[in-house]
Amino acid sequence: MAEPRPVAEGLFTWPATEPRLIAAECADCGLISFPPAAPCARCGGAESKRRLLADRGTLWTFTTQNFRPPSPPYDGHDTDETFVPFTVGYVELPGELMVEARLTEPDPARLTIGQEMRLTVVPYTVDPDGTEVVTFAFAPAGAGQEA
Amino acid sequence: MEAVVIGVGLHPFGRFPGKSAMDMGADAVRLALADAGVTWPQVQGGYIGSLEVATPDAIVGRLGPTGIPLRGVFNGCATAGTALALAARAIETGEHDLTIAIGMDKHPRGAFAADPSVAGIPAWYGQTGLFLTTHFFGMKINRYMHEHGISQETLAAIAAKNFRNSAGNDKAWRRTPLSVEQILASPVLNYPLRQYMYCGPDEGAAAVVLCRADRAHRYTSTPVRVRASVLRSRRLGAFEVQSPSVPAGEPVPSPTVDASRAAYERAGIGPEEVDVAQLQDTDAGSEIIHMAENGLCADGEQERLIAEGHTEIGGRLPVNTDGGLLGNGEPIGASGLRQIHEIVLQLRGTAGARQVPGTPRVGYTHLYGAPGVSAVTVLST
Repeated sequence: MAEPRPVAEGLFTWPATEPRLIAAECADCGLISFPPAAPCARCGGAESKRRLLADRGTLWTFTTQNFRPPSPPYDGHDTDETFVPFTVGYVELPGELMVEARLTEPDPARLTIGQEMRLTVVPYTVDPDGTEVVTFAFAPAGAGQEA
Repeated sequence: MEAVVIGVGLHPFGRFPGKSAMDMGADAVRLALADAGVTWPQVQGGYIGSLEVATPDAIVGRLGPTGIPLRGVFNGCATAGTALALAARAIETGEHDLTIAIGMDKHPRGAFAADPSVAGIPAWYGQTGLFLTTHFFGMKINRYMHEHGISQETLAAIAAKNFRNSAGNDKAWRRTPLSVEQILASPVLNYPLRQYMYCGPDEGAAAVVLCRADRAHRYTSTPVRVRASVLRSRRLGAFEVQSPSVPAGEPVPSPTVDASRAAYERAGIGPEEVDVAQLQDTDAGSEIIHMAENGLCADGEQERLIAEGHTEIGGRLPVNTDGGLLGNGEPIGASGLRQIHEIVLQLRGTAGARQVPGTPRVGYTHLYGAPGVSAVTVLST
C-alpha cells in the first residue's frame, strides 16, 4: 500500500506526527492569510512570509453535512447511498484567524461551541490506485474540555 | 429625478417542463408592460439578469428589436437588486424616462454546484466537500442561536409562516402548508437546519417597469417610489459564505448591515417606519438573522417576536407575505424582482387575501448571497 498523500501540496506540513496548517503573514501589515494569499487582502502588500498556524483553538461554530456534496468538485469515493455524514466547523486560532475544517466528531450532540480543538489529518477519499488521500481536520482536544 | 415603479409582472415560480427561461421572462415583461399601460417600444433602456441564460439580452427577439440598450447584469442571489437599482439609476441620472428591470432563470434540481476555482478558491476546498453554501447557513445560525438564545421551534415557526403565506399565493411554488411538527420531523441537512427549512432552486421570471416620478400620473394613480436601491459586497473580516478562513479580530458586519444602513440613510427612512418587508430566507435561520441585520429588531428579540406573530400578515411587521424564497423557490435572476412585485402589490393595496391590513406606506426588500453580497431596496407610496 502506498503512503497516504495530502489532498494538496503546501496545505499542511506532511508527513508529520503533529501537522500544522501553512499560512502566510503579510510582511507589511502582518495580516495572516490561509490559504496563503498575495497580494495582501488588507494592505495590498506583495511580500509575505510562511507561517505555521497554531494547532490548537476553540470551536466557534459547527454544522453537519448530511447529504453528499455535489460532485464535482467533491471527489469522495463514496456514492449517494454509501455517503457518511460528517461535521464541519470554524475553529478560532487565537490571534491568528478562524479556519474552516472538517471535524472528527460526527455527532453534533457531542460538539459544543467554545470547546478546545486540536489539528489532525484524516483520510477522506481513495485514489483509483488505492492510495489514501488525507486532509486536515480538527478533533476535540479532550472529553469535557469546554471554554 | 426620482424613479417610480409603474408596472410589475410575475411569471409563476416553480417547475415548468418544456418552457424556456426566455419565454417565462417574455411573459413577465408583457405582464409588467400591461400593468403599466405601456408598450415595449416605449421602453428606453433596461437591465436583465440570469444565472442560466448566457445571453439574457436576446430576449429582445421575443419582445421586439427596438435597438434600446438592454444590459445584462449579475450579482449572484442579489442579481435582481442590481437590475432594479440600475433601472432606477438610469432615470435618476436623466439618461432615460422609462426603463425596465427583468430577471429569469430555470435551474436544475438540487444544491448549486460549481468549480471553486471560478470563485478564486483552491481546488482542495471543493474536493473535500467544503464548497457549499448550505453548510455556511447551518454554521451561521448555529452560532447565532448559541449567542442569542433562539430555539429550533422558532426556526420551524418561520418556515411554517412562509409556507402558510405561499399556500395562499397562486403564483408560488409550495402551495401546501406545513406545520411546525412536520417541519421539525423533516431530515436534518446541515444541523440545525432541516429539509423544510431550506428554499430550493426552481424556475420563474419577473419584471418591473419604472418611469420618472413627474410623469407617473400618465400611467398610474398608484406609483411606488424607489427611495433607495443599494448593493454592498463583503468586507475583510466578515463571516461570509465560501471562506476557508476568516481574519481574527473585532467582528465585521455582514454586507447586509452595510447595505441596509446605507439604504435607510439614502431614503431618509428608519427601520421603525417599515410597514412590510421581504427578507432573503434562503433558509429559516437566514430570515431570523436578517431581521436583525436589517435593523428591524435587536439580536435575540426574534424568539419573542415570532412567538407573538409579529411577522405574520396581521402582525406589526409582516415579513415575506408571498411566502418568500421558502415558498417560492429561488430562480436567482428573478428572485429579487418577485420581492419588488410583492411590495408593490402591498403598497397599492391590491395583494388580495394576503394584503397587509391598514395602509402600508413603506416597503423593504433584501437579498443576500454568495460570495457575500447584499442588495436592499426601500420603496414607499
